[in-house]
Amino acid sequence: MRLRLSSDAVRLVIPALSLTILLAAVFWLQPRAMSYFGLNLLLNLAVPIALATIAQMFVMAVNDLDLSIGAFVSFVACVTATFLRDAPLVGTLILVSAIGVYALVGVVIHLRNLPSIVVTLGMSFVWAGLAVLMLPAPGGQAPDWVRWLMTAKPPLMPMAIVASIIIAVVAHLIVMRSSLGVLIRGVGGNERSVERAGWSIVAARAAAYGLAGLFAVAAGIALVGLTTSADANIALRYTLLSIAGVILGGGEFTGGRVSPIGAVIGALTLTLAGSFLSFLRISPDWQIGAQGAILIIVLALRLLLNRVEKRGARP
Amino acid sequence: MAKDLTKAVIEIGGARVSFGAVKALDGVTLAVMPGECIGLVGHNGAGKSTIVNVINGGLTPQEGTVASDGERLDRYSITIARARGVRCVFQELSLSPNLSIVENTRIMHRELGGFGWRGRAAHVIEKSLDQVFPNHGISSSQTVGDLSIAERQMVEIAMAFSDAGIAPRLVILDEPTSSLDASLARQMLDHVRRFVAAGGSVIFISHILHEILETSDRIVVMKDGRVVAERPAAEFDHHSLVEAMGSVAREDALHRSARELAAAPVVIRHQAAGLAFTARQGEIVGLAGLAGHGQTDLLLALHASQSNSWWPRSDSLVTFVAGDRRLNGVFELWSILRNFSIASLGDLSRLSLVGTADEAARGGEWKRRIDIRTPDMDNAILSLSGGNQQKVLFARALATRAPVILMDDPMRGVDVGTKQEVYEIIRQEAAKGRTFIWYSTEMDEVRLCDRVYVFRERVITAELAGDAVTEANIITASFEVAAA
Repeated sequence: MRLRLSSDAVRLVIPALSLTILLAAVFWLQPRAMSYFGLNLLLNLAVPIALATIAQMFVMAVNDLDLSIGAFVSFVACVTATFLRDAPLVGTLILVSAIGVYALVGVVIHLRNLPSIVVTLGMSFVWAGLAVLMLPAPGGQAPDWVRWLMTAKPPLMPMAIVASIIIAVVAHLIVMRSSLGVLIRGVGGNERSVERAGWSIVAARAAAYGLAGLFAVAAGIALVGLTTSADANIALRYTLLSIAGVILGGGEFTGGRVSPIGAVIGALTLTLAGSFLSFLRISPDWQIGAQGAILIIVLALRLLLNRVEKRGARP
Repeated sequence: MAKDLTKAVIEIGGARVSFGAVKALDGVTLAVMPGECIGLVGHNGAGKSTIVNVINGGLTPQEGTVASDGERLDRYSITIARARGVRCVFQELSLSPNLSIVENTRIMHRELGGFGWRGRAAHVIEKSLDQVFPNHGISSSQTVGDLSIAERQMVEIAMAFSDAGIAPRLVILDEPTSSLDASLARQMLDHVRRFVAAGGSVIFISHILHEILETSDRIVVMKDGRVVAERPAAEFDHHSLVEAMGSVAREDALHRSARELAAAPVVIRHQAAGLAFTARQGEIVGLAGLAGHGQTDLLLALHASQSNSWWPRSDSLVTFVAGDRRLNGVFELWSILRNFSIASLGDLSRLSLVGTADEAARGGEWKRRIDIRTPDMDNAILSLSGGNQQKVLFARALATRAPVILMDDPMRGVDVGTKQEVYEIIRQEAAKGRTFIWYSTEMDEVRLCDRVYVFRERVITAELAGDAVTEANIITASFEVAAA
């Protein structure tokens, strides 16, 4: 009997490998990064990206795509830097209802059978508009507890790594181990059979979108904790980063195939890729292109592995 | 298990369902008693799937009643049906491929929730798999997408018979054996008899008539949304059953005319482990053996060897008729015409623009030729019944100029009448010099072939030609343990 790795485990190999290689390359270029402080500096911006990636993953698990995450995280950042600091109760209320709106978007998409891309693209303008109304110019200030949380210095490992591990474990428990996670992935895999088993698809979609909203709110709060103030455009690139993170981490656009641990690793990889290029002294003009090249290389590896996996699937 | 042996588990009274102008059910009355297996037969489009959907609560009839255990149920739904122990194995595979078997069990059994459900779900499904298919060799932690099509069907059947708190009382099996080989089908049918003997009820739908005849207690024949015959199984035989369905099948249609093809040129060959594979011009070559023993892989290898994955060839040697319609045959959002013409767009285009007049003309010609039952080729492909969708896929392949046609068990779940029509077309095309390479899980189809390769454990182990193509020979070759 040879060892049979589950296809999910095989999917985690590439993201883990690319993160290791990037990390090794960064350490080689800049050995001083290999310290508690250095690692924290390298990776702390990955925490909000990882949270946004998990949020995106919930939506992708039900075969939808959320194009409003970037604008939504910016909106949350603005709420955090203004209301959540000055009037915590109102701020909390706004954030909770924003999650409610997210769940509602899921319901509308399902009931009216609308393409999620269109609806969330529309919603992104709503969130961006609300954010500009709150903070027309960059400003505001992070609540003290958020600041404390994001700059905490736990023993042994820097906060960025501790937070990433916690995010990965929590998301793994919800998505891969809980009944709700199974239901959400089941909707992505075969909606009809889930429906025939007597489940409410609307509720499952609402739950997926609601969880996405919850994690996106966490992303916005974490981001303000790092930047200390907010701006209406602070997280616009998160939309594409989060999609890339899910895919890098072994997820797929359709079929409910997602991996929370992979998604967090994907977010870390994306963040590191930026630092790596800075260490290489590549001019910022070329960095975005080079980042794209890294993405393409990793995804090409993934494709290659998928082929190998497929060949091995019918022994 | 059974509450009362004299009251029907489910009783449908005078159900009428219409989709637009189409009457899918036209006043059907059907009572399922505890401890009986009802065989349900009929053409594709006779209303079998519709009555199944009414029984499992997925469809509310516009008229008619549903009663259970002598109690009339006015608000019947999927949830109520499941709570009363109604389970269903659908014609198309309906598990979530991205989830493991255990997780699929969780989805199917809502009552499994709570802490530690994984352990309970694994226990439930493994117990059922062991009961229905002893020595199945499937691990419940495997992802369904990694299983073969036969294994998926086994899991699905075991899922229907599994008991996680609410015992199954009525199990509906809609073409359950279509992807199983003979020995697995046998195991399943034996389990059906055990289940029925213990007081359970089964509605069994199959196009393989001898399975229906030997497994059912009572046979219900449907036609055009109505029940046309309902008698104990013992009063039917193969012939009278086909007659009752109103099918035009003739026994002698199954006999192959002996043809001498040894002199014809070889058009395609392939050498893998085992015997070499060759096919001659105008030949119908069968691939037989137990399901999932490498027949599909040979077809894919033949296709891959003749096509270029970088640039499509304008005059490909081979074309493919897929077996799994939903997975890799039909473009679900397209019209019938588009689905038909996709393979021959090169021939229908000038300057890279599709000639719509040509396309429509060719579509109309094939609609007539193989009798695709639709008022308009511009209707959506999913408006057709399964058998007619399959005909469209045939037409798609036959309308190309490819001289070799690969068929991957394409008759799965197709009614007898449609099959006969397609067999006839295959014979005509073969006489014109086309070569058919045909993987089939049905013995009747294999016997139509001029020459048959039998597969065992992913290797061609036998070649039968002419009069040697008999059921006995094929079964011997399929099961024979390699000498050594």
